[in-house]
Amino acid sequence: MANVELTNVRKTYPNGAEAVCGVDMQIEDGELIVFVGPSGCGKSTLLRMVAGLEKITSGDIKIDEQLINDVTPADRDVAMVFQNYALYPHMTVRGNMSYGLKNRGIDKASINKKVEEAAAMLRISDFLDRQPNQLSGGQRQRVAMGRAIVREPKVFLFDEPLSNLDAKLRVQMRIEIKRLQRKMKVTSVYVTHDQTEAMTLADRLAVINDGRVEQMGAPMELYNNPATLFVASFIGSPQINLLPVRFDGQHLISGDIKFIWDAKLPTDTDLMLGIRPDDLFQKDDGPLSLRVDLVEQHGADNLTYGGLLGADETDGHETEFCFKSGQDLLPDIDSQLNLGFDPTRALVFEKSSGDRLV
Amino acid sequence: MNWRLLSTHAILLIGMVFMTLPVWVAFCTSTHAPETILRDGLQFWPGSNFAETYRQVLFVDGGVMKSVLGFDMLKNSLILGVGFAIGKVVISMLAAYAIVYFRFKLAVPLFWIIFMTLLLPLEVRIIPSYEVVSSLGLLDTHTGLIVPLIASATGTFFFRQFFRSVPDELLEAARLDGATPWRFFKDILVPLSKTMIAAILIIMFVVGWNQYLWPLIMTTKEENYTLVIGIKQIYQVLAEGGELPQYQKAFALTILATLPPVLVVLIFQSWFVKGLVESEK
Repeated sequence: MANVELTNVRKTYPNGAEAVCGVDMQIEDGELIVFVGPSGCGKSTLLRMVAGLEKITSGDIKIDEQLINDVTPADRDVAMVFQNYALYPHMTVRGNMSYGLKNRGIDKASINKKVEEAAAMLRISDFLDRQPNQLSGGQRQRVAMGRAIVREPKVFLFDEPLSNLDAKLRVQMRIEIKRLQRKMKVTSVYVTHDQTEAMTLADRLAVINDGRVEQMGAPMELYNNPATLFVASFIGSPQINLLPVRFDGQHLISGDIKFIWDAKLPTDTDLMLGIRPDDLFQKDDGPLSLRVDLVEQHGADNLTYGGLLGADETDGHETEFCFKSGQDLLPDIDSQLNLGFDPTRALVFEKSSGDRLV
Repeated sequence: MNWRLLSTHAILLIGMVFMTLPVWVAFCTSTHAPETILRDGLQFWPGSNFAETYRQVLFVDGGVMKSVLGFDMLKNSLILGVGFAIGKVVISMLAAYAIVYFRFKLAVPLFWIIFMTLLLPLEVRIIPSYEVVSSLGLLDTHTGLIVPLIASATGTFFFRQFFRSVPDELLEAARLDGATPWRFFKDILVPLSKTMIAAILIIMFVVGWNQYLWPLIMTTKEENYTLVIGIKQIYQVLAEGGELPQYQKAFALTILATLPPVLVVLIFQSWFVKGLVESEK
């Protein structure tokens, strides 16, 4: 039960590299916050700074209004689940789960009680006397979570806990983590590079890029209302389609493509038009025409990929679009597909700064 | 195909005979009466004097040396071997723990200085070591015999490499679990290093058992002789002569000196191999 507050937190390595450059964040009691971003963006570093495993160069971190910058990891009352589980290989599951309690001088009887409760909750009661190397990946993950739960910490920290599991198990564990967190109402910070995981788990998520929080908010808010080009392209699967355009006062123009645009936009700069694959629809006189290169059939949906005919190039390559449709629409390869979109759902960004304009 | 099988086995057999025959001859000769040996030379088959010779060597006053029993030399050797092995493991584990986990200044150069001492054999520092031990008044004591030998570059190096292969997350998990540095060492690192410790203990026991020059210089009183020193002394006695040379006792002593390291390696060989081969899960 705690809130976490980060004020202008920075991390600069001795070689001058900036991993985290000025993060402000307010995490409410019982909230599940997900840090999401590409690898190397500083999200893990930020998490490890909350855990106390990484020194803070400047700024403040408070847990429950108490400044913890110089408090040792053990005294911060946080528990962490690691990507590779980091179970003690020579101890049984019970030993792993009780080690933290033992070090805190808690008596044996209540340790046993806590361990058994946590094990029951995670459905690992049958494995309590096994060693980690006798367990499957999913079971190890549960033990790692059990080790965190028995401590009853103020804050849970998860560092990409599911990335070593296979796809099916990952979905299962994702649901389970969410359930568990709901039930225990413990403030949690969860780091992942997987946007699906981020979207589905988070109460609020923080998209981190280059050591900065690009945007923070509820998952759907970030999806529908991204503040920057980066957030728009990071959130959403399949990725948002981006078309380089310019504005001439009335039209948006990209190569041979030209269509009317009502809203006010600057005319002197390169723009990016963003359209989500599910906001496209088939329309014979639509402004966009797609040369079909590949169709992926996902069951209920089909994803059609291809080059956008007549459009300006993106970074020296043909601009590619993805179009999401129902399973009935199965265009032939190399055929041409005309598409329309709803301008009110489209997003416009300034190309150089990445800022959202519309 | 058959021919190849035969030839490989032949080579193995020859190698085996080459390695074991001297030990066998030493053993057989030790079981004969001194007269037989003097008359007929080395013996290839066991004789009837086994019990008598070994009883004399191990338990009878003046049976082998002027005042010390073979049994006491065996004890001294064991103390040296075990003390040497345990001392080396403890010291080198602690040194490696400091070098790997505590980021103090000069940790890296210090490690390389320790490592470089590998290039310097004991003989190089034997006079200063003797001087130190003697001014501490530790000559002719077990402490003086063992302590100057237990610093170990090899051990430190092995443990350092092993500790570096332990994932950092274990340390971090332990820190979050509230483990102090000492607890992390005791509860996590030591149990993880079990097979490694066993392997190094075995190697070091054999090395310690076979120490020759240092005990030779350190010990002046007979009751502090180790078996290895005893062998050297008994041959000297034989060479100086006087009465009938007691060759069988010299051989018995040799066999006794060989036996414990062989036993240790035989009994613990599975651990030993595991420690050298196993990479951490």
